[in-house]
Amino acid sequence: MSQATFRIWRSEPGGGSGAFTNYTTEISEGMVVLDAVHKIQAEQAPDLACRWNCKAGKCGSCSAEINGKPRLMCMSRLNSLDLNEPVTVEPMRTFPLIKDLVTDVSWNFRVKKGLKKFKPRKPDAADGTWRMAQRDVDRVQEFRKCIECFLCQDVCHVLRDHDKHEEFIGPRFLLYTAALEMHPLDSDDRLQDLKDKNNIGYCNITKCCTKVCPEHIHITDNAIIPLKERVVDRFYDPVTRLLRMITG
Amino acid sequence: MAAHATYSYDVLVIGAGGAGLRAAIEAANAGVSVGLICKSLLGKAHTVMAEGGMAAAMAHNDDRDSWQVHFADTMRGGQYVNNWRMAEIHAKEAPDRVRELEAWGAVFDRTPDGRINQRNFGGHRYPRLAHVGDRTGLELIRTLQDHTTYLGVTVHMEHTVIELILDGGRAAGVLAYDRERGRFHAFTAKAIIMATGGAGRAFKITSNSWEGTGDGHALAYRAGAELIDMEFIQFHPTGMVWPPSVRGILVTEGVRGEGGVLRNSEGRRFMFDDIPDNYKPQTAADPEEGWRYVMQDKTARRPPELLTRDHVARCINREVKAGRGSPHGGVFLDIAWIKEKISDAPGHIKRKLPSMYHQFKELADLDITTTPMEVGPTTHYIMGGIRVDADSQESTIPGLFAAGECAAGINGANRLGGNSLSDLIVFGKRAGEFAAQLARKSEQPKLDDGAVERALNASLAPFERGNAGENPYKVQHDLQDAMQALVGIVRNEGEMQEAVKKLAGFNERASRAGIDGHREYNSGWHTCIDLRNLLDCSEAIALSAIERKESRGGHFRDDYPDKVAEFGTFNISTRRQADGTMKVSRLPLKEIPAELKQVIEEQKQ
Repeated sequence: MSQATFRIWRSEPGGGSGAFTNYTTEISEGMVVLDAVHKIQAEQAPDLACRWNCKAGKCGSCSAEINGKPRLMCMSRLNSLDLNEPVTVEPMRTFPLIKDLVTDVSWNFRVKKGLKKFKPRKPDAADGTWRMAQRDVDRVQEFRKCIECFLCQDVCHVLRDHDKHEEFIGPRFLLYTAALEMHPLDSDDRLQDLKDKNNIGYCNITKCCTKVCPEHIHITDNAIIPLKERVVDRFYDPVTRLLRMITG
Repeated sequence: MAAHATYSYDVLVIGAGGAGLRAAIEAANAGVSVGLICKSLLGKAHTVMAEGGMAAAMAHNDDRDSWQVHFADTMRGGQYVNNWRMAEIHAKEAPDRVRELEAWGAVFDRTPDGRINQRNFGGHRYPRLAHVGDRTGLELIRTLQDHTTYLGVTVHMEHTVIELILDGGRAAGVLAYDRERGRFHAFTAKAIIMATGGAGRAFKITSNSWEGTGDGHALAYRAGAELIDMEFIQFHPTGMVWPPSVRGILVTEGVRGEGGVLRNSEGRRFMFDDIPDNYKPQTAADPEEGWRYVMQDKTARRPPELLTRDHVARCINREVKAGRGSPHGGVFLDIAWIKEKISDAPGHIKRKLPSMYHQFKELADLDITTTPMEVGPTTHYIMGGIRVDADSQESTIPGLFAAGECAAGINGANRLGGNSLSDLIVFGKRAGEFAAQLARKSEQPKLDDGAVERALNASLAPFERGNAGENPYKVQHDLQDAMQALVGIVRNEGEMQEAVKKLAGFNERASRAGIDGHREYNSGWHTCIDLRNLLDCSEAIALSAIERKESRGGHFRDDYPDKVAEFGTFNISTRRQADGTMKVSRLPLKEIPAELKQVIEEQKQ
């Protein structure tokens, strides 16, 4: 059995002062960072706060920054890290701290409430059902793989460095909007909101969100860029503007 | 000390997985005020882990399917101790509940003609599971969560319920605490719905997340509600066995539905060696027929890997014990072999089983498109739970309803894969509907301040003992070891009696558990609160299992290895007595109506 040291952020309640504390613990084959945190919790620091549920990369609860990178603790294998140095585990920086590794992500739930909901077109069949081809839902299914870990929000510089939480909805909800806009059954229109309320223009396509997505969703290429194109086509393309002026 | 705040609702839902969310939607649509308490963040409940799909006889992939076949499959899978009325309602209503999800934005996989695609699953005669790759649970919870967002339901996230409080024998409210600040909150409601899921965390090897500590079971039990069928635990045949830190994580039955086969260390497909008589007429005679079934050849019968979970789990257990297991104590589950049968097998596997591909690649460094997985049984689901009225989902306590895994009846002795997600939406809806109905004709109950204070003070006791008390994590680990070893997949009288003795010891240690630090987001304190629930559930499981002196479904005893007809005439019930002890009794099954009996007979061929 070998040992490794974890440098974990510990804070006072209310997210006030805090500091890193080093914990050395025994590790075994196949362990992930979350296992180490649990072991430390059970043996050395029973009041260490960490959020987790499924431990299989499916619920998106255990988001943290490991050696500075936004990742899920449950999917970060120790054999992928340099254990000669202490492994730094700290909370997501974009959200207010609650305690230790736990942050207040409630902003995300408020943002979703402000977005237009799914509005299906009239059913295709007399029995109230619809017909959709698999190829027409493939793209939306990619977006719906999102586990709401909010790592993309954490890494997005518009939120992280510029703190535009009141003006910008972040990659998670641009993806959510794309899933609705490209849903074969949806009949609503979100382009005006994307431009004016959600400020899709703030995104300058650095693709940081795509890089950290644990579900490997092509957030920038498949969701954000097509939405940006739709907004440009509608509001900024001179030909369509001219056509609109003529046709009213 | 008093609660920090008091909330009043018409309907209070405890739990925000599939059943809780579906109940909240129904109650909100009925026009009553709804509060929703969830132990984690919204959308993180264990439903998210469900992979394979939801069973509904929509007959999209095989027009021979109907509610009758689904009903008969469910009863056969449950070894006929199911609540037949629940099985009937479930089979009849599941298709509408699934279609409703599509109207709310769910995007299921499609058939070539554009309808919802349905896949094969263990114990289901025809392809019946509406699915989204192998992440159907995520699709279900996200759809319900997003739909709920716009209905005016008040969600209390990261709140844990400590006690259910009655008023003159009726459910009146609960005491809860919020994890973020560690403050106490009292809730009153005219109707309360338990939708708290399972109790898998009583066992060491489990697919359940940390939340599965039997909260609803135990809260209802301590308040006097009757639990039934607690001896029936489902050990899912295929959990990961390696590396050690992921032991127990689920490997979806969908792998076998897509053609995955089980082999022992000698390379033998051992499932062909042991096919129960009542499944022989429906099971493939050889691997070739099994493959044709996977390819949806309607004349073929299903491969034995798709027999019911209880049976497959025991077969795997037997292979391992006989020394024919895999290097890390499981057996081999091979989906890579289908490359012999179809072109672009790796692409097909990744498309049909993306989460499984991902899970093994990242957690075990294994590519399932080229290499067999190692799998073994894992504690997955509890068929037992709060006894409810089949139509309304009301428990034996007036005003208290239950839906989903914490309610009992539909599954009998063994649940079929895919019947859980459909159970959530069928009975979640009904619980919401009937709870709202009751709320509309009831007065707001009053919470007894004394009861609130007693519960509150008891929950704080671990802080007084501090670090000098028992380490709650240690007690929980010891409990899990004992339940795994003594009341697990193969049981006998001596071991279970030993377990009961040990449980008394754990109870005593739990009463001395201590914790240091503040109340804010204190996992150790939370473990102290969970422990009581796990211990109550474990006792109900062990005592019920001792009472059932036969083997049936998920309950297998090597001292009584056969099914006994007499034991098929009752459920086992557990109830708390005034002196705090647990009373075990036999509850006769209701006579099944002639027309349903006939449906079962017709489907036996």
